[in-house]
Amino acid sequence: MSSRAEHVKCLVWDLDNTLWRGTLMEDPAVTLFADLVEVVKTLDARGILQSVASRNDADLALRRLEELGVAEYFVLPKVGWGPKSESIRELADELSFAHGAMAFIDDQPQERAEVEYSLPDVRCYPAEQASSLPDLAEFTPRTVTTDSRRRRQMYQAGFHRDAERAAYRGSDQNFLRSLGLVMTIGRATEVELGRVEELTMRTTQMNTTGVYYAEETLRRLIADPAHEVLTVTITDRFGPYGAVGVVVLDRYPDVWHVKLLATSCRVVSLGAGAAILSWLRNEAARSGVHLVADFRPTDRNRVMDVTYRFADFTDDDCSCLAALPAPDDGVNRLHQESVFQELATTMQVHAPDLRPVELTENLTAGR
Amino acid sequence: MTTDNVIDRDPVDSDVVAGKITAYLEAKAKAPVAHDEDLADSGLLTSMVAMEIVVFLESTFGIAVVGGDLKMRNFRTVDDMVALVARLRGDGENAGDA
Ligand SMILES: [Mg+2]
Ligand SMILES: [Zn+2]
Repeated sequence: MSSRAEHVKCLVWDLDNTLWRGTLMEDPAVTLFADLVEVVKTLDARGILQSVASRNDADLALRRLEELGVAEYFVLPKVGWGPKSESIRELADELSFAHGAMAFIDDQPQERAEVEYSLPDVRCYPAEQASSLPDLAEFTPRTVTTDSRRRRQMYQAGFHRDAERAAYRGSDQNFLRSLGLVMTIGRATEVELGRVEELTMRTTQMNTTGVYYAEETLRRLIADPAHEVLTVTITDRFGPYGAVGVVVLDRYPDVWHVKLLATSCRVVSLGAGAAILSWLRNEAARSGVHLVADFRPTDRNRVMDVTYRFADFTDDDCSCLAALPAPDDGVNRLHQESVFQELATTMQVHAPDLRPVELTENLTAGR
Repeated sequence: MTTDNVIDRDPVDSDVVAGKITAYLEAKAKAPVAHDEDLADSGLLTSMVAMEIVVFLESTFGIAVVGGDLKMRNFRTVDDMVALVARLRGDGENAGDA
């Protein structure tokens, strides 16, 4: 049973007579097929990760990739003497990609046959097809976001971070402090809509309402002055985590309604949800409004419940709740009076002032 | 720490509860944790850790921590958590609602 993803997330290159002309063991000065540098860069810019599965001496092959100036484009390269299907399987595990999202290109029919036999979901291409890969539908994602363009960088940063964490002997919170975390919260723009939509769809574990927002809906909310659609990115000393969160806020005169808070699972252990809520509480406090958050408990989002409760949200009733439309079935309304508190020190937060002129005008107009 | 005969539903010596919670937290913090140390101030109480502590308390002491009991104030120190466990287990003199 073949289950191939619509798009390839990682392309694995053979080296000898595929990426470069000739065989490294015979010719230490092999050169890249000229048009392939462009192919590699094009796929990279589309957010498709690339790696290597080659039968060679690892040190020599990796050094040659460095000398040719393309080593940075390949994540977790596998160079050795084992079966290539094993390399691809290992890589898929390390990247947490399904086999159906992996592709392999090699000039040797027997190598492709071995991979096709062991991993039938992996797409295999002969070397002659290398220069036309970017024209194929499976290498053409529908949208290319800022995150796609830096996806490789994000993965590399992740590998370095994980390695350092594994070697770290101190406590988790000291490791977190050592990361130099910086959270940037900003108003969503049209450009980011695709990524925001993706976040509301994919981060089910950390999506507080389980509501999926389509790009169209988000576009409408961005244009509506009463609504705020905020995106959250995080970086640390290893590099970017990319877009990791989204907040949809509806502002009433006395209360801000958090309709959605979704964060990527990758940043839960960083305390990202709590940092967003702390910042929001202070913005609400400065604006003299209460906060109400929609929360739909599921068997997977309990950590979000804990995050809200620890950020001082309660089930208590308040007159401000009357301003809001009735919640959907199964949605709890959590409330707090928004008292200013100093932000935690584990993460720097850069964010917009949520008290814009439009809001003041909006308020006096009675909304 | 010499009493090993902790049986579910029996009133539990609060020292034993405190000892188990402290051991759990010290393993996480990789440092000593005093019973009255404010864990939020020392940065230990991220929501992920809070979640793990909740699960630990529930499975170790046979309680369910839900709704309004999930507030930071119940978890700030080892002493706070001991009081929470005692109340949720309905133990002796701590049985009154906090
Ligand atoms: Mg070859
Ligand atoms: Zn209120």
